Amino acid sequence: MSLAGTVLRSRTLAALTSPHSVDRYLELVNPMWAAREVRARIVDVTREVDVPGHPPVATLTLQPTSTWRGHRAGQHVQVGVEVDGARRTTRVFSISSSDSRPGERFTITVRANPDASRRQSVSRWLVEHARPGTVLHLSQAQGDFVLPDRVPEHVVMISGGSGITPVMSMLRSLQRRSHRGRVTFLHYAQSPEHQIFAGELEEARRSGHGIDVHLLHPELGDPALSPAYLHRLVPGYRDVATWACGPAPLMEAVLASYDGSEALRTEYFRPPRAGTGASGGELVFSRSGAAAANSGAPLLEQAEAAGLTPESGCRMGICLSCVSRKSEGTVRNVVTGEESSLPDEDIRICVSAPVGDCTVYL
Amino acid sequence: MTNPGITLTTEQLEEFGDELDAIRQRILADLGEADASYIRDVVRAQRAFEVAGRALFYLPPAWPLAVAALSISKILDNMEIGHNVMHGQYDWMGDPGLNSRMYEWDNVCPSEQWKNSHNYIHHTYTNILGKDRDIGYGVLRMDEDQPWHPYYLGNPAYAFLLMVFFEWGVAMHDLEVENLVAGRRKVEDNAALHAGIMRKVRRQAVKDYLLFPALTGPLFPLTLAGNAAANLVRNVWAFNIIFCGHFPAGVATFSQEECEDETRGQWYFRQLLGSANITGSRLFHLMTGNLSHQIEHHLFPDLPARRYPEIATEVRELCERYGLPYNTGSLGRQLGSVAAKICRLALPDRRERSRTPGPVVAEPTAA
Ligand code: FES
Repeated sequence: MSLAGTVLRSRTLAALTSPHSVDRYLELVNPMWAAREVRARIVDVTREVDVPGHPPVATLTLQPTSTWRGHRAGQHVQVGVEVDGARRTTRVFSISSSDSRPGERFTITVRANPDASRRQSVSRWLVEHARPGTVLHLSQAQGDFVLPDRVPEHVVMISGGSGITPVMSMLRSLQRRSHRGRVTFLHYAQSPEHQIFAGELEEARRSGHGIDVHLLHPELGDPALSPAYLHRLVPGYRDVATWACGPAPLMEAVLASYDGSEALRTEYFRPPRAGTGASGGELVFSRSGAAAANSGAPLLEQAEAAGLTPESGCRMGICLSCVSRKSEGTVRNVVTGEESSLPDEDIRICVSAPVGDCTVYL
Repeated sequence: MTNPGITLTTEQLEEFGDELDAIRQRILADLGEADASYIRDVVRAQRAFEVAGRALFYLPPAWPLAVAALSISKILDNMEIGHNVMHGQYDWMGDPGLNSRMYEWDNVCPSEQWKNSHNYIHHTYTNILGKDRDIGYGVLRMDEDQPWHPYYLGNPAYAFLLMVFFEWGVAMHDLEVENLVAGRRKVEDNAALHAGIMRKVRRQAVKDYLLFPALTGPLFPLTLAGNAAANLVRNVWAFNIIFCGHFPAGVATFSQEECEDETRGQWYFRQLLGSANITGSRLFHLMTGNLSHQIEHHLFPDLPARRYPEIATEVRELCERYGLPYNTGSLGRQLGSVAAKICRLALPDRRERSRTPGPVVAEPTAA
């Protein structure tokens, strides 16, 4: 591979395939050949839990292309799929397996999002329809929510809901690296039935390697996260290296309990906010840091009113000079009336009016 | 102005605009797998022709075949793929390989600059004299309202040269050389554009005139000539298709005053009167990037071009209902018409001579 890789990534080959990239040719022969892009073939799909009436969860084992640079436990990856065979939609998923090296297999664990429409839901498609053999588009692993190379003697991991995936990856990595220190692992879930990785966590607890596992279900009477509770489990916890990941309410409790301690590292997944169906709300221009009350006019006009000078041309939606990235919120195309709420979407700001809160990179 | 005096009432224009918007919306809602696999098939075919062309240069007797394959590849790359992808026709797919922001074509004109002169200037100000720089590309006289000057005696010769070197003409489009000459633009204004063009020119030249010929060893001169020939074929083809789309007889041009504060209906109206189609087979439409449906393209520049033939039926029907012309004809007819215009406008207008000073009188009316 390395010789082939050197050739594929050479400047000469790039000059020969210019103006297109080498990958644009390779993918036509075999989607698993790539010089720069990252793709992966699904090699296995395993259902984790399947509680009737609740969104199913599945773990997908992925064989990436040789361009995959590997990941560190706790990182995430962007996964792009064409749900309807035409529109590629991209979502971020945490990697659930232990650290991977370049080109090495890894897993993502996905909970089907029950709220998303079928057409746009990557998670539902991955859990319900993805089959071994399917090729996915990936980014390289991203994120700083990672274990350091030298892991402290005692670590605390706190997670809630789907936030278990990155910390599970950390726990698995620690086991693989034969970490002999102490790990306090706290996880909050709705009920024991929802608990993914339950068997493996139980095994870890019994392994005798100093892993304390606490699976908590406050709805069934278990203690909620509080300084007092943490103190009981880990005296002086504010000075113990802690990794926490979960839904907003849990994270608020964690932040409050650690009170600005430097030992705490967090990862936060915010669900995409749906449009409110009306104007009003707040506009955030994330590049310039400006903000404004949403007047309901097209974003280009509102940005200009806020003193910004975004690039523009025709101002009628045909030339694409004004395309910008919307990271959050819903916009309505004033020409077609179509609404769209996808996160990280390129939109023509001259014909896109925000509906409710909206964040655009301007 | 050569607008043949066709008008619609304000209400009619509004309805007309609404009907076109409805067509647009229906197509948008219907985009999906068929459109995605179509463009992917075209890309696959283009890459296959390219690889075949490059490979056939190793077989000297197959030289004409190699040139043909490479020409087809370059035509597909520029027209059905490049031109259309850069209009954002496939942005909805979310595929970085087919995205208007990232696509770069096999042409010396950098896509970034082309998108400004074409997507923005040409498609916004279509056929507005003094605004749409595609009228004559700054070198030709393509409209009666461009004042005649002895320079234009060379009109046919300039057109021929522009055809042969079309990709270079397109690359220099943004530099506004005619405005430089006239002193309306400073050389410094072009510095950034220059850098972009030089980078792209270098890449294209290294590939076609150095690397690929060198890879065929002793066949270097043959391969080089073959690559040049393929570029020439693409230039001649693209020039002719594009000129047939805007300059045959019967296409209207507009004055800047007329187009102030246009409504959406009026904009559609101008796009319709300012474009012309070419009839032909499915293969012909594919090879023109469906710019043989220039009218539909100008009405809906960001809808996938494969939809234009289907839209055309509705647009024609609409034109009949509103009593509007729908300019279409065979390639031969449209080419003849364009050639005649290029030659006719080389000479001063007869009308212009009779117009020289004197009291302004009403247009002579036919008995
Ligand atoms: S300014 Fe032309 S598309 Fe927005």
